[in-house]
Amino acid sequence: MHPVVATSKKNANVAMVFSLLHKLVQVFMEYFRELEEESIRDNFVIIYELLDELVDFGYPQTTDGKILQEYITQEGQKLEVAPKPPPAITNAVSWRSEGVKYRKNEVFLDVIESVNLLVNTNGNVLRSEIVGAIKMRVFLSGMPELRLGLNDKILFENTGRGKSKSVELEDVKFHQCVRLSRFENDRTISFIPPDGEFELMSYRLNTHVKPLIWIESVIEKHSHSRVEYMIKAKSQFKRRSTANNVEIIISVPSDVDSPKFKTTVGYAKYMPQENHVIWTIKSFPGGKEYLMRAHFNLPSVEAEEQEGKPPIAVKFEIPYFTTSGIQVRYLKIIEKSGYQALPWVRYITQNGDYQIRVL
Amino acid sequence: MSDSKYFTTTKKGEIYELKADLNSDKKEKKKEAVKKVIASMTIGKDVSSLFPDVVNCMQTDNLELKKLVYLYLMNYAKSQPDMAIMAVNTFVKDCDDTNPLIRALAVRTMGCIRVDKITEYLCEPLRKCLKDEDPYVQKTAAVCVAKLFDINPQLVEDQGFIDQLKDLLTASNPMVVANAVAALSEISEASPSGSALFDLNSQTINKLLTALNECTEWGQIFILDSLANFTPKDEKEAQSICERVTPRLAHANAAVVLSAVKVLMKFMEMMNPTGDYIDTLVKKLSPPLVTLLSAEPEVQYVALRNINLIVQKRADILKHEMKVFFVKYNDPIYVKLEKLDIMIRLASQGNIAQVLAELKEYATEVDVDFVRKSVRAIGRCAIKVEQSAERCVSTLLDLIQTKVNYVVQEAIVVIKDIFRKYPNKYESIIATLCENLDTLDEPEARASMIWIIGEYAERIDNADELLESFVEGFQDENSQVQLQLLTAVVKLFLKRPQNTQELVQSVLTLSTQNSDNPDLRDRGYIYWRLLSTDPAAAKNVVLAEKPLISEETDLIEPTLLDELICYIGSLASVYHKPPSAFVEGRSNTRRALPIRSAGSGSASPEPSTPQKAPETTVIPTTPAPENDLLGDLLNLDLGPTNQQFMSPAPAAPPQQQDSSSFDLLGGGLDSLLDTQAPTQSSPAMVLGGPTPQAAHPPVAAAPPGSLGVLGDNLGLELLLENLLHQKSFGLVPMSPLNISSPLNANQQIDASLQLVISPTHMQRMDPLMNLQVAIKNNIDVFYFSALIPMYLFCTPDGTMDKRYFLQSWKDIPSQNEAAFVLTNINLTTDAIQEKLAKNNIFTVAKRHVEGQDMLYQSMKLVNNVEILAELKVQPGNPTLNLAIKSKVVDVAASVHHSFLLILHG
Repeated sequence: MHPVVATSKKNANVAMVFSLLHKLVQVFMEYFRELEEESIRDNFVIIYELLDELVDFGYPQTTDGKILQEYITQEGQKLEVAPKPPPAITNAVSWRSEGVKYRKNEVFLDVIESVNLLVNTNGNVLRSEIVGAIKMRVFLSGMPELRLGLNDKILFENTGRGKSKSVELEDVKFHQCVRLSRFENDRTISFIPPDGEFELMSYRLNTHVKPLIWIESVIEKHSHSRVEYMIKAKSQFKRRSTANNVEIIISVPSDVDSPKFKTTVGYAKYMPQENHVIWTIKSFPGGKEYLMRAHFNLPSVEAEEQEGKPPIAVKFEIPYFTTSGIQVRYLKIIEKSGYQALPWVRYITQNGDYQIRVL
Repeated sequence: MSDSKYFTTTKKGEIYELKADLNSDKKEKKKEAVKKVIASMTIGKDVSSLFPDVVNCMQTDNLELKKLVYLYLMNYAKSQPDMAIMAVNTFVKDCDDTNPLIRALAVRTMGCIRVDKITEYLCEPLRKCLKDEDPYVQKTAAVCVAKLFDINPQLVEDQGFIDQLKDLLTASNPMVVANAVAALSEISEASPSGSALFDLNSQTINKLLTALNECTEWGQIFILDSLANFTPKDEKEAQSICERVTPRLAHANAAVVLSAVKVLMKFMEMMNPTGDYIDTLVKKLSPPLVTLLSAEPEVQYVALRNINLIVQKRADILKHEMKVFFVKYNDPIYVKLEKLDIMIRLASQGNIAQVLAELKEYATEVDVDFVRKSVRAIGRCAIKVEQSAERCVSTLLDLIQTKVNYVVQEAIVVIKDIFRKYPNKYESIIATLCENLDTLDEPEARASMIWIIGEYAERIDNADELLESFVEGFQDENSQVQLQLLTAVVKLFLKRPQNTQELVQSVLTLSTQNSDNPDLRDRGYIYWRLLSTDPAAAKNVVLAEKPLISEETDLIEPTLLDELICYIGSLASVYHKPPSAFVEGRSNTRRALPIRSAGSGSASPEPSTPQKAPETTVIPTTPAPENDLLGDLLNLDLGPTNQQFMSPAPAAPPQQQDSSSFDLLGGGLDSLLDTQAPTQSSPAMVLGGPTPQAAHPPVAAAPPGSLGVLGDNLGLELLLENLLHQKSFGLVPMSPLNISSPLNANQQIDASLQLVISPTHMQRMDPLMNLQVAIKNNIDVFYFSALIPMYLFCTPDGTMDKRYFLQSWKDIPSQNEAAFVLTNINLTTDAIQEKLAKNNIFTVAKRHVEGQDMLYQSMKLVNNVEILAELKVQPGNPTLNLAIKSKVVDVAASVHHSFLLILHG
């Protein structure tokens, strides 16, 4: 972990400074894949060049990695063939260059919903929210105009389709390519996309549905001798869906030894470095309930330091499914050359910050 | 390709070798050498001796090499200003290059070379670049103007660059507009003439709002930040700007969102608070603020610090979002602590059960800071939400049972506050608290426990033993504990005089004679004197009913809060301090929220006319305390017991008789205080009656040794400097205190200080009418305070139209009304009216009802606070009834006090 630091003598806009630092790291990663001492030494000349374009006198300038790569390259340049600043830098469309060409014009949309859950020790759900993201991979020629249609509740109500199945998005955030005032006016999501991969939008909503995977735990600790865990995992989504690569992570005291496990499905593994047990279930269909028991010995002499009680965390992925019920109704692509392009849509639900507190 | 090899050479003669390589004919060798030079520079080696050789490489057709040479120049030009001139030609040439990248590079670099001679040459190329056909060059040139201003502000103004920047605001390219805005904002902030340079009008605003939709995320931040400094001419304009700013709340960049929030929060001040539009905005602000909590932890922290301000300003915005502030196990500690703070702010009867359940869980975690704050939060909940107090207390008791030391200590500190808030309700738990007495090792917890023992001395059987055990170690205690112990013992003595006089005697002696803490000695003397002169009065004072503590603790003072709202998203909003507190250099002009104009008249408060102090005659008072009064504790009569003190009276400390120093300070003090009186009132009255701190602390404040020195050295030069704080009304000295030094021993000088009211210094103080004075001389700084009667702040234009009076009376809610009885006033109604009018308290109307005269009166304070009063006078009866109403409740007591002073004086 290397901190990235900025200094200021003024009452700087600190929100901007932090955003910029995260952006810098992102750009450096795009250039060098990793950001560590070695890669900084290896690339110090280009880092100087990049910083020159990224920030001027403390004011962030061009921070779009793809655009930067058009004129700041790792190869030394001769002045005769020296690059000009790409028009995109100062254009209203600062994220896409002109003259992009593909033989096959395609767009891939991934709707990814992450479920954040917080359950207290009494088994009450304190928070249950979905943070969704629509990620795109765009392989389109020219300067295409895109319009995305969602089953957005406010849009439906505005256009007299209040009865159709729709989703109420509590807060939406857009990539800078989306025309925000247009969305504010009539909820239309219209944009000229950057080339390649990017996150078009994210949204947040509270859910009132049952937690997708429910965990109950009984932990019996007999000081100086042993500790036993009984973990019950229940899938509370529809039977036709299946959660893949489910990992249930249970913290154990740092001084346990001699792990013994029993599971009705999957396998459990003790990770001594992390002080936890991972119970892995490759495939977990809806409406099922599984059990895991663990047994550890405890040393007779107790550690002096008091340890925290990290919550149980769950990781999972449920393909072809969104908790919110959001749907991409259409993606219209208009480019002046008039080519046909096909959008491909995928849905997936996964865990976000999924925590179940233990006693 | 790896550049790391450039860092590795450290052999002897390195500089010599580099020199040779830099002058090599081979281009490749040259470039390698420059890279080595830059690598050395990067890690802090001094390679400035290579300056001419590196500058020679400047004329190159290799862009990478050129950039490196420029980098070198930026770093070393300042140390070699004469040689840096060599580079000017190339710069000027590059500014004319056909490639816009080179032109921009040259102008960008030149702006960073802080050498006067170079900046002169910069002007022409810069002027050209500002008009460049390529927006990339233009936007770079715009920032360069700000750089140049930082080096030589006069040059920028003389050369007309500011006008050129203003022209760029209407450029067609959004990036150019954004950078021009950024540069202008920076210049106007740094310039002594301030905003005059960058005066936004409605037309430019429109242009900026259009650019807002088109420029990069960073440009949007520049534009939003400058919009926040603009004050719309009316509500309509404010609303139309808000409408175009709200879409920014959906931007993925957290900084864009926060800057938009800043504009909205500021402009909301101008809108009708009950209007629909405010409602709409409040609803729109909540979701984006919540979403910020899913950002990176650093951004979350900034968001939380700002949310802390926002909920204090407008509690509505997040009132239904309590759950999002629940702490997650993996939150960094700085995020956890901030979330806790906001949970308390949002706690209400509706959600308190959930909040308490959470806090209880947090209190059993392992991070000490977090646990402590959680325990404290439980106490704050109890105080804030009355219905939950019982549950909070029992939660705290559970936590005390855990016997975790720091948990117990925190719990005791907050339980003390709960006792203050709900007297006579939870005292049954005192026994449990006393069980933990021995484990308390933190001053705050000890002081709290001692307070509890003193306050409930009559119910704790062994209170005397408990306190006695504390007194044994009196001198080793922290001053906070000592003060509390002193008070607690006096309380104990007043409540249970049997067998406790020895204890009180020893504590009084310890406080007054064995301590060099002025606060402690002061308090000790006050108690001593009270006990010796009038024990009944002592009882009334020490055991008086305490005012209720406020519900919200840790609230930011309102004017500071308003200022911080103007700085949302900036460092000030994270520190919760105004920029002047941490930014060096020129004093910033304070930002204030716009004021909603009430349809008529100007929105800005009328400048208050400074009240001129008339010539004053200083009447030296004799502040030296009478010895017999201080020492004589022998004739104490404490109710039925008739206990008498057997101990001999202590001699008064010697320095109190040191009249040389005393008179000097005493005289200065009098003159200081006297000059504030615009009317012919006597100084004694100005002091505001019995304020013991003002009567003699300069002596008590002085360390005994240093005053003796003064007496020995005749003609010792004394430097007196004074500092005054009366922030509620912004009272500041008009000129420094004028004392002709040196002062000889035994010499007394009277000096007066004229005070003016400065609206920019207003800030609420507690007590409201407190005047804090500090006198600094070459011995020490002496602090004291005095209460200024409020009528001195009444303006001559305080009279009111009858109808307006009536309407105002109705508009002010009845809970703001305060009633007082004034006794011993032997004046006729007319005399009363006249006396009050002389002091700017005006009679609006007079009625005669059932043999009584009803006077309806108004006054206006210099900070535009209006106060209404109703005075009931029965001819021949010396008792009057006074009712006071004002939108600001706090003034009532001070107004009452003023009436008394005027009518008795």
